[in-house]
Amino acid sequence: MTENMHIYAVARIRSRELDLLGESVINQLVDCNKFEECMKILFDKGWGKSGFEEADELLAAESDKTWDLIGEIVEDMSIFDTLLLENDYHNLKAAIKQAYMNRDIEKIYFSRGTVKREIIFNAVKEHNFSVLDEKMGKCAEEAYQVLFHTGDGQLCDVIIDKSAMEAIYEKAAESGNEVLIDYAELKVASADIKIALRCSRTGKSREFTERAIAECATLDIKSLIDSSAAGENELFEYLLSTPYAEVINEIKKSPAAFEIWFDNLLIKHIKPQKYNSFTMSPLAAYILARENEIKTVRIILLGKLNRLSDSSIRERLRNMYV
Amino acid sequence: MDSYGIVFALAGAISAALFGGLGSARAVGMGGEAAAGVITEDPSKFGKVLILQLLPGTQGIYGLLVAFITLSQIGVLGGSGDVSFVKGLLYFLSCMPAAVVLYFSAIRQARASIASIAVVAKKPESFGKAMMFSAMVETYAILALLISILAITGVGSINI
Repeated sequence: MTENMHIYAVARIRSRELDLLGESVINQLVDCNKFEECMKILFDKGWGKSGFEEADELLAAESDKTWDLIGEIVEDMSIFDTLLLENDYHNLKAAIKQAYMNRDIEKIYFSRGTVKREIIFNAVKEHNFSVLDEKMGKCAEEAYQVLFHTGDGQLCDVIIDKSAMEAIYEKAAESGNEVLIDYAELKVASADIKIALRCSRTGKSREFTERAIAECATLDIKSLIDSSAAGENELFEYLLSTPYAEVINEIKKSPAAFEIWFDNLLIKHIKPQKYNSFTMSPLAAYILARENEIKTVRIILLGKLNRLSDSSIRERLRNMYV
Repeated sequence: MDSYGIVFALAGAISAALFGGLGSARAVGMGGEAAAGVITEDPSKFGKVLILQLLPGTQGIYGLLVAFITLSQIGVLGGSGDVSFVKGLLYFLSCMPAAVVLYFSAIRQARASIASIAVVAKKPESFGKAMMFSAMVETYAILALLISILAITGVGSINI
């Protein structure tokens, strides 16, 4: 019965998928000589709200459009909390650091999340985390104490990031939705591998690595931590026995290549949703596809603004959903 | 005991109309949701998605037809109402292919129609091809209808 709940919404998303940017448009954007030409193409494609935005405003407007559309066609938006939790924890991190530095910093908060940013900001300001949910409140208290007593910003980040990954993972499992579960799995696995690699390269203690890495199904945390402590080659050896063996080559290339590999893997996993007319999976896939699209356009626009060569920009591009 | 014959026969007729109608109502409703979603974004596709929405509506009509023929045979719509217990049971069984197959084929056809509506949303030029997938399910509803009608008329000519 639940699979018939989103028939209307999926049909609308099917029509909207026609407006997603394909490889040809992305190539067209990369081939532009100037940043302004890119903006013109995007405005012609209906991007932005007024047609006169700056790049940042344009991308923010597109993200807003996606969530506004989903809000319009889905009654209960909480089913997509998995995708917004990262913003909450980012806002929490920003609020704690802002409180610690005791000065106002502009534009450091995400506007969308499962908890309003003002609530998080006030909770940190008043040092009253009871207004947040139990998991976030506990993590906020720990991170707050660490930063205010030791001034260790890195440890504060580690505590919040791990808690964010755990929250995303739990929320996805609660939803029971295949796309969200896949998203959470890849999110946590990529974060874990990145942490293990950094810890290995910087010679961090085993305790630190244990504190930073979150549980997930596709990685054996103990083996990951052991191999990370033993060295980079041992870590690669362990990764060979996981579904992420191919990422080793990307790690050797650059940190950006690692990120791209995981983003492309997510797009590969969600692509079958283009042919699914039931359940909320195509909606979740559409949101992820739009986020991927916005990220790709951001890379192109920043590349054009900073006068990077076309080949440098192309190296950083993600595969598209359509 | 013979007086129960008409009860079984009537139950068969009602089942055919009931499940056929129920299946079609659910199916057309599901198709309507998908069609409304497409129309919200592109009203020009109304004609195409309407046809796809209506495809699973035929099962309700088939159920009505089976019920109507059965009611005529057993004398509820006029004529002789003399139906023995065995004959009543046979009428009931004759209506079952229609009752069961019509319900499930309507739901399955709706799913095919919804998928076809998604095709039309993206590639309206593929409407003809997309419609065929949904229309294929109709075959089995027609086969069930056929066997039910043959059985009902056959039972009418048996003297038991």
